[in-house]
Amino acid sequence: MLPLTLSGVTVRRKGKVLLGPVDHVLDGPGLTAVIGPNGAGKSTLLRLMHGVERLSEGHTDWAVPLAEARAQQSFVFQSPVLLRRTVAGNLSYPLQLQGVPKAELPERVRTAAKAAGLQDLTHLPANRLSGGERQKMALARALITRPKVLFLDEPCANLDGHATREIEGLLRNALDAGTRIILATHDMGQVRRLASDIIFLLHGKVAAKGPAAMLQTPDNIQLSAFLNGDIIT
Amino acid sequence: MNEVLQGLLEGARLLVTLDADLVEISLRSLQVSLTALLIASVIAFPLGTLLALQRFRFRRTVIAVLNALMGLPPVVVGLIVYLLLSRSGPFGVLGLLFTPTAMIIAQVIIITPLIASITHQAMRELWAEYHDLLISLNTTKRQRMWTLIRDGRRALLTAALAGFGRAIGEVGAIMIVGGNIDHATRVLTTAIALETGKGDFALALGLGFVLILLAILVNIAIHALSRTETSGRW
Repeated sequence: MLPLTLSGVTVRRKGKVLLGPVDHVLDGPGLTAVIGPNGAGKSTLLRLMHGVERLSEGHTDWAVPLAEARAQQSFVFQSPVLLRRTVAGNLSYPLQLQGVPKAELPERVRTAAKAAGLQDLTHLPANRLSGGERQKMALARALITRPKVLFLDEPCANLDGHATREIEGLLRNALDAGTRIILATHDMGQVRRLASDIIFLLHGKVAAKGPAAMLQTPDNIQLSAFLNGDIIT
Repeated sequence: MNEVLQGLLEGARLLVTLDADLVEISLRSLQVSLTALLIASVIAFPLGTLLALQRFRFRRTVIAVLNALMGLPPVVVGLIVYLLLSRSGPFGVLGLLFTPTAMIIAQVIIITPLIASITHQAMRELWAEYHDLLISLNTTKRQRMWTLIRDGRRALLTAALAGFGRAIGEVGAIMIVGGNIDHATRVLTTAIALETGKGDFALALGLGFVLILLAILVNIAIHALSRTETSGRW
């Protein structure tokens, strides 16, 4: 379904430009890290790639028809959305929507729960999970449909090191399985550990982009200031 | 205070002896109000959920009207239903006036806005919680409605119980369209009104206590059936 082509996309709300214009072609395997300060437009960029943000200008094009593209991508939010069901009910929900036969559900749920280390918790109501477990469940729920493209909006923002490592392990497995990942994050360590390329956003515009190696020797003054931990305005 | 005590005793006597008339009008009360509740719920649950989900032009107006209709005066509803069902009214040929069916119709009109409004409030919160995920998952409108109704069933139960409470205790409308005919349309509330008018306060109070008891029993039964307060917050 890749490449995804963004041409001149702009998002305006109440007369204020939140993002754009942005031109970008998303292709190849790997993980794209979207970085930048708060309010730079990271979430907006992810949401418009995913197709849930209304564009003011420009267009996004997948290599396949839109309906087909939408069916093959998942989104993980910063604060996981818990359905008022058990963990197993949460995991099986996307499959039920896709009309997967009932008989297959328990096996798929068991496999997904095991991969996320949630196999002993499937019978619990989702709100009984800890913060890290909730995000692992949300990630497992996003992966259970075997999406080709996965968006994550700061999935580890409220998690400790242990939970972050588990999430990153799941992401690596997904990458190995060929899933294309787009990740918005504030955690530069995480970018160095996972990213194959980066998009650096500033004030709604792409200030720099390229392979992850450019983080070692940034040629962009703003990016290098951001990486040094300076507060850029 | 003496009357209250006598009323309690009278109520106890009616219950212990399983007075035939009492059993009959209690069952009719239940039959009318539970049927009205069932019909109203079938209309109000999807309506309230749709109002939380769907954006359309006059949405705010519809919601405001719905909230206003929660306080619909039962006597006025009774009067309108009476006129519609009376021999000279548009539905007069159906011969429904002074039957339990007419009472059910009136009660459905009274409690549907109440149930729909409470449903809408609860579903609006749930939709705010679910919005991002359900949009992301490409759900159809039907799937969204079904998901909200299924996962918000506890809130729907509260809405239904509020509706039942209003229906079982309502007297104005069913008095007008039912007529309080002995062995035909007499229910607990109309019987109480009648006995009070006759000056038989002990019997009226006795019936009143039976009515309260009935309302409590139905609430407990519905809670027990749906196992609220036993398995966590949801």
